[in-house]
Amino acid sequence: MAINQEFIGRTYPPTEIYSVGREKIREFASALGDSAPCYFDVEAARSLGYPDLIAPPTFAIVVTMQAGGQVIHDPELALDYTRVVHGEQRFVQHRPIFAGDEITSTVSVDSIRSAAGNDMITVKTEVHATDGELVSTVYSLLVSRGVGEAS
Amino acid sequence: MTLVSISQVHVGWELPSQEFMFTRADLIRYAGASGDFNIIHWNERVAKEVGLPSVIAHGMLTMGTVIRVVTDWLGDPGKVIEYSARFTRPIPVPDTDEGTSIKVSAKITELLENDQAVITISAIHNEVTVLAKTVATVQLAP
Repeated sequence: MAINQEFIGRTYPPTEIYSVGREKIREFASALGDSAPCYFDVEAARSLGYPDLIAPPTFAIVVTMQAGGQVIHDPELALDYTRVVHGEQRFVQHRPIFAGDEITSTVSVDSIRSAAGNDMITVKTEVHATDGELVSTVYSLLVSRGVGEAS
Repeated sequence: MTLVSISQVHVGWELPSQEFMFTRADLIRYAGASGDFNIIHWNERVAKEVGLPSVIAHGMLTMGTVIRVVTDWLGDPGKVIEYSARFTRPIPVPDTDEGTSIKVSAKITELLENDQAVITISAIHNEVTVLAKTVATVQLAP
């Protein structure tokens, strides 16, 4: 069943503050097998001109995934989560995320379209520092596979 | 380490390619670090029940790994200003010590104003492209 286009632009309340810690950055980089010094060594990050450890370019997924749950589990949108797959992902880094950042995520429904019996919904998450600075804008395309035989 | 200058590169410039391995342990580690505990990434029984050949790598593990071809070359991951990918094929990860591998190459496909470059990345697993439209925009030095 096609998702109602009226949900485009729907915006959810900002998430609670997420505190970006050095150990979380180190853990995430280690899980990517990435030993770049600026993820582990504060002096190495400072030598690149940053105030503290910087997070890998895809780190924002950690903070936005939880926020995206607001859309996936929105009863009015009625997505069947068991049929949802992650189709595309885009990160815009207005600046890197740093250890010590206190950030909030605000999720909105950016677009909805249907093709070949599938619903495609783009979820946009804006990640702000607590001083209001826009840090990242993250777009996730979720594909809800149709129930019909064509899927 | 000095940032690469836009004057040192041109459209078609190839970055050093790399090969990356994924084992089951890597999937578990990424699940824990990212908070993505979707069962198809760690439970073979359930993965097969939903029609997958085996447990599959997280798309975001793949995306987070392949950008290393760009960030290792740049020396400064903070200069990646935009990064996008389309998840086209899953990567099954067998229950073996060596796991499975992807081959990643990248080249500059466009030069922009303000010393920025667009890099298109290719990620191949078993001779099949697993990520499509994988593109990073980076800030280089003047």
